Amino acid sequence: MLHMKKAIVFGERDDISGTTVSTCLKAAGVEIVYEDTACFV
Amino acid sequence: MTSPPVIKNCSYCLAHVPDLVQYGSKPRREIMRDPAIRGSIARALRPYNKAVCYPPNQTFIGNLSPDELNTIPRPWFTRETTGRNTGRFGEILDQTTFFGLLKLADVLNPPLFPMDETALATLRESLADHPLLTGFASRLETPHQNGENSTQQPSPQTSALAMHSEGKRYGWFHGDERAEGVDDENLGPYHLLENSCTKTTGALALSWLLHREQMAPEKVDFLISCGEEACGDRYQRGGGGMAKAIGEMCGCSNASGMDIKNFCAAPASAIVTAAAMVKAGLHKRVVVVGGGSLAKLGMKFQSFLEHDLPILDDCLACTALLISGDDGVSPIIRLDPGAVGKVPIGAGNTDESVFRHYLLNPLAALNLQCTDIDRYAAELQNPEIMEFAGSGDVTSKNYRKIGAMAVLAKQLEKSEMDSWIKKIGMVGFAPTQGHIPSAVPYIGHAMEAMHRGEIKRAMFLSRASLFLNRCTNLLDGVSFILERNPKC
Repeated sequence: MLHMKKAIVFGERDDISGTTVSTCLKAAGVEIVYEDTACFV
Repeated sequence: MTSPPVIKNCSYCLAHVPDLVQYGSKPRREIMRDPAIRGSIARALRPYNKAVCYPPNQTFIGNLSPDELNTIPRPWFTRETTGRNTGRFGEILDQTTFFGLLKLADVLNPPLFPMDETALATLRESLADHPLLTGFASRLETPHQNGENSTQQPSPQTSALAMHSEGKRYGWFHGDERAEGVDDENLGPYHLLENSCTKTTGALALSWLLHREQMAPEKVDFLISCGEEACGDRYQRGGGGMAKAIGEMCGCSNASGMDIKNFCAAPASAIVTAAAMVKAGLHKRVVVVGGGSLAKLGMKFQSFLEHDLPILDDCLACTALLISGDDGVSPIIRLDPGAVGKVPIGAGNTDESVFRHYLLNPLAALNLQCTDIDRYAAELQNPEIMEFAGSGDVTSKNYRKIGAMAVLAKQLEKSEMDSWIKKIGMVGFAPTQGHIPSAVPYIGHAMEAMHRGEIKRAMFLSRASLFLNRCTNLLDGVSFILERNPKC
């Protein structure tokens, strides 16, 4: 379903980090065009 | 052979500074965009007695345990609990007395915070009435002695900050207006107020630590500051010197010191460094001190205004910890090989990898399992502040990750995860002050629980958003284990 799609990833340090989301999406064949992780504390 | 390092004593204090909320980073930026917001903020500020009675604040200074806080239904800010401004670990300082300390922290000539004799007399009286800070009162010099002028409004070019407390103006906070200070944005009023607030609250925490330990300031050998400020001028912004500035204010004449920077994990890094110094025999008594963060006051103020609620992030928070050799009573910091958790550069940023390195690996090094730890302290931000702002319960999220890692490591059944988290976790109770809420607020409570024989082992996990420096995309984690003294 996600194969060959592009994704913009926003994560949160104390929730699910952008890196974690990207790792999952890349495994499903997604190209990550932008990734960022925010810190709200 | 040196003795194992212990945490000998600790202090935790808050300074309730509602009139400085406007100078927090977020409020300041929003007021610049829309000056009317200043009035909205002023109308949403809490009086001192409400900040004192606020259950999370009572927990921070030690009058309530985290478990007792957890039994109080939310919302906490509506609770009419009986609160005392002093606690087992420290106090909640009122703003006027804080201004007295802030004035004392000002060593520049011409001063950063000039005021006339009437204002000075009020601050002197406020300090003199304080049982612990009374010795500071006589050090507030009269204006003619230190060359000050008055509380007159400065020229618009100075951009000095008005300093009010309880409707009374005490003067203006200036930048460095000497020749060497002009044209240096790092020495403007805002940055110097930020640094001075860290120094002032650091001195408050250190004063309480010395009082609790009944120790003369001259007995301190070394100080490590772990605040989030960046002291220094244009050629060395962030150069440091905060530890010795705080020690100087408190009379620690025999101590040297240094600052450790690691974002929110700096207190944990400083404790580990202090413990290693003691274990190596470099110093006998090392104090870790963390002053409060002006920048983070009112960080979530917009959410409170939107919900017509009082602004709850209105306190500077600070702590001080005394690390020394084994006294046969105090809890031991485990420094065995591998026992201090680190996240290597090559670990990457995924949660699983980070937690594997600073949660599972240290436990494995000590032949322990996750379930051998009685209590974990991770990010302990007050959920009432975080949830109104839409950031969720940060403390709870971190416990879910700890639980998930225990399951992944096959040290816990998945079906037991929720009940285990209730047992080893706790509710967050620290204000959004960055480094201060990061695990270390539980140390005082852990020391008491160990002394009572309720727990044997606690693990402190602290995270740092290194990516905020724009030099790397990494984050960091630092952890250490505290154990009940086997001789106790």
